[in-house]
Amino acid sequence: MSFAYALACRECGREYGLEPIFSCDFCFGPLEVSYDYDLIKDAMTLDSIESGPPTIWRYAPLLPVDSQYKVDIGTGYTPLIRADRLAKAVGIDTLWIKNDTVNPTWSFKDRVVSMAIGKAREFNFEAMACASTGNLANSIAAHSAAAGMDCFVFIPDDLESGKVVGSGVYDPTLVTINGSYDDVNRVCTELSYQRPWAFVNINVRPYYAEGSKTLAFETAEQLGWRAPDRVVAPMASGSLFTKIWKGFQELEKIGLIQNPKTKMSGAQAQGCSPIATAYEAGSMNFVPQKPDTIARSLAIGNPADGYYALKTMEETGGGAAMASDAEILEAIQLLAETEGIFAETAGGVTIACLKKLVEQGAINKNEETVAYITGAGLKTIEAVSSEIRTPIHIQPKVEEFDAALEAYN
Amino acid sequence: MASKQVRLTFDGDEVKRPLIYEMGHEFGIVTNIRMADVDKDTGWVVLEVIGETEEIVRCLDWVRSHGVRVDDATLGDVVEG
Repeated sequence: MSFAYALACRECGREYGLEPIFSCDFCFGPLEVSYDYDLIKDAMTLDSIESGPPTIWRYAPLLPVDSQYKVDIGTGYTPLIRADRLAKAVGIDTLWIKNDTVNPTWSFKDRVVSMAIGKAREFNFEAMACASTGNLANSIAAHSAAAGMDCFVFIPDDLESGKVVGSGVYDPTLVTINGSYDDVNRVCTELSYQRPWAFVNINVRPYYAEGSKTLAFETAEQLGWRAPDRVVAPMASGSLFTKIWKGFQELEKIGLIQNPKTKMSGAQAQGCSPIATAYEAGSMNFVPQKPDTIARSLAIGNPADGYYALKTMEETGGGAAMASDAEILEAIQLLAETEGIFAETAGGVTIACLKKLVEQGAINKNEETVAYITGAGLKTIEAVSSEIRTPIHIQPKVEEFDAALEAYN
Repeated sequence: MASKQVRLTFDGDEVKRPLIYEMGHEFGIVTNIRMADVDKDTGWVVLEVIGETEEIVRCLDWVRSHGVRVDDATLGDVVEG
């Protein structure tokens, strides 16, 4: 059962009922779900969590979806892997990788879509909808299929074929839009006002965003109920970044961890870095950018939670960094070669920025650090296909293999 | 009469210009500031604009022509990864 009781404006604090709304009537600030933490303290204990399912639903009291509406395709409780080889390569003592590439549709989006579709069912929406460059589209299509709901997915018309297939296989109504990135934004925003659909990151956004908290819940549990010294996480809209911090704070509120002092560091691609650029300029006001990066899953030029991401950095003593496309590709390979994890481009951004922050001295060598890898590499195979070594090609003869191997090495 | 909520993002010299005054003066629309944060180089204003639909469209095009970014007030980019 959920203990959510209201939506509250993040700016002026005004409260609203748990409805499919996303902004404050008074100041237009974004709304966020409020919970009754006193009740949750009694309902959510170490025993109840440990006897729960090995999915995000083990933390159900801290989520906004009641159990009768949930759509569970096995999301979450992904591995937290001690990454000693990568730690050595980047120059820190203790590094953990939260490997969210192993979710049902191979990205963290399954966490947020799980929340959105649960609330959409509760609110009796006719269909699910989203505008996406890939991961979100894959996840919403899969969840809608599992729930038997109609699904409309809007994607740019130049999307990589893997991502199109990754949504199309679940048989949603796929719409490719011929236009600029801003055109896709405009069309989908207008549609969200006209159609009786749950646009996951528009009219059910406050609930959708809550799913990212489970990354913090799992991390704390997997570390033995404590928060790490440092988090490095990718930033697109900034929502995941802020919700990881909210997750640690909520665990403290219900007494499961003590006094989290995690410094939150955000990672962006240089070609779409409104939040990191504002951080480096010492400003709380980001300037929207036109995305131009291979890290398309982070290509949000006008991030809805950019301001709150900057506030989270300020509050925790964290920071931000940005990585060039070349650095992103190098970091994808570094993660793969040291830890056996093949990340999509967003993962490359995270590892490249982790490396940079250590080199800059922004992260101390002795800080226990968790890096969040949020999507699998097979989704963005085009980005790295030219980077890998050409395979050895031989006739079926052992002597050819021996000769070729010598030349290869 | 129509109403629209927009977020204007200023950068550089446009921060110093009284654009919101000019919006009302030139296009006869009512402007109502709900939130804002402006520093010496950048700034944003969340604004409700009320007026005839065509005038609102013309006005916002004029604002854009001065290098100011205009977005829906309550949403960032809705296209996600």
